[in-house]
Amino acid sequence: MTLEILSYGFMQRAIVSGIAIALLCSVVGLFLVLRRYSLFGDAIAHSSFGGIAAGLLIGIYPLWTAYAVSLLSALIITRIRQKFDISGEAAVAVLLSSGIAVGLILISISGGFTIDIFSFLFGSILLVSVEDTILILSLTGAILIVILLLYRQLIYSTFNEEQAKVSGIPVEKINYLIVFIAGITVVTSIQLVGILLISALFVIPNVTAIMYGRSFKQTAILSSSFAVSSVVIGILLSYVLDITPAGTIVLISITILATTMGLKSLGLMNRSSFTVQPRAK
Amino acid sequence: MSVVEIKNLTVQYPSGRALDNISFSINENDFLGIIGPNGAGKSTLFSCMLDLNSDYQGEIKFFGKNIRKSKKYLKEIGYVPQKPIFEKNFPATVKEVVRMGLKKGSDEKRVDDVLQEVWIHELSHRRIGELSGGQQQRVFIAKALVGNPKILILDEPVTGIDKQSTELFYSILGDLNKKQNITIIWSSHDLDAVNKLANKVACLDRTLFFHGVAEEFFGNEDLVKQYSEASMQKHMHHHAET
Repeated sequence: MTLEILSYGFMQRAIVSGIAIALLCSVVGLFLVLRRYSLFGDAIAHSSFGGIAAGLLIGIYPLWTAYAVSLLSALIITRIRQKFDISGEAAVAVLLSSGIAVGLILISISGGFTIDIFSFLFGSILLVSVEDTILILSLTGAILIVILLLYRQLIYSTFNEEQAKVSGIPVEKINYLIVFIAGITVVTSIQLVGILLISALFVIPNVTAIMYGRSFKQTAILSSSFAVSSVVIGILLSYVLDITPAGTIVLISITILATTMGLKSLGLMNRSSFTVQPRAK
Repeated sequence: MSVVEIKNLTVQYPSGRALDNISFSINENDFLGIIGPNGAGKSTLFSCMLDLNSDYQGEIKFFGKNIRKSKKYLKEIGYVPQKPIFEKNFPATVKEVVRMGLKKGSDEKRVDDVLQEVWIHELSHRRIGELSGGQQQRVFIAKALVGNPKILILDEPVTGIDKQSTELFYSILGDLNKKQNITIIWSSHDLDAVNKLANKVACLDRTLFFHGVAEEFFGNEDLVKQYSEASMQKHMHHHAET
């Protein structure tokens, strides 16, 4: 049965793209979660909704306009946070609602919700083309290489910004780089789970992995494994059961998290819990 | 030879003046103890020296160069903050935290060496958040040392740490200064420890009311009394406010 499913071209593309996106989201998400930016992915995804609506309205491939709007929003919000006394969670709320507001207005101008809009909202991994797959693989490779090259600077500035700055690390530039990478990752991942569920891929595998992992490297490997397993099992299961892949992927990662919490509460795990709270300003 | 020169340093906050026209210099291999009551401006002084605060008047030079013009001096500095702030459940081992301070291209073996130096090598695979306050401070001193700094800056590093860990910490500092010739700039409330370890003392209370050799300060009863009274008044005021 599994082999038969894997013989379909659309399924092969879905699985290859899904694995790449899972790796990307889990690695980038680990930095976001540890910086208490958990909802940042969600906010960028919602702002990209405005970009997608604009693309559909003016007849440009919606993901290109989504990339542009998301990156711009991410950079603006980072600048605003640095310049004005606005907390991270408030900035995320502003970005999130303004993206949706712009998107809704543009959609109403263009004549209402269409099938295209729904595919961006809820994901359409089974519909990815060969070109999409190549783009996803290229962006994943490029971002993972950047992360590997700047590994020490990224981990140090995530651990303690002040000390990283004293060690000569250009912390502000690193902060901009992280939101830039997060912006690209979010839009690249929209095809897998859609705008509404994107933050699940950033947050859930990492919250689970942090409960198990002792070192940063181990946590990143565990998080990637949880994310890849959720995506592959989710895609296959959704096809067999004829249900939506996005929801299935997210529910599987939630099941892994719930199992971890269960093991922990039964005293079968010796790791401390990790609560995701808004970053204190 | 002076490695640090501070000239007419003044820091004005909206709430008032934090430092008022401070001038002093620090020689190579000095062990300078900076003492002063709460709110005396010790942390403000360090934040200016470490380029975390550039909103000051006056001049700070490291190795003869104005820090406003060149930030290269930061590569020669190791810094241990009062209480390092990090996510309690940050998934990093002691070794990974120390490795963060390693300079590009340095030998990885240096990490194991400094872990041995500060008596923390047995904990190298533990998660940083699982360690006691005293153990964590030794990890942070290891992280500061792994980059082979010429100057070590410590901001009240033993606050909230038990007596045994504090004594071990002090003996490590003494060895670093005497055996490895590292210049140490250290702020502390512990007058006995400053008397025992430091060769120079700077006494700060927004202005610099003493800077010189430690024997001169501790041999002058009036100065010690003046410091103790100022410190006690500030301490009472601080508690009354909180």
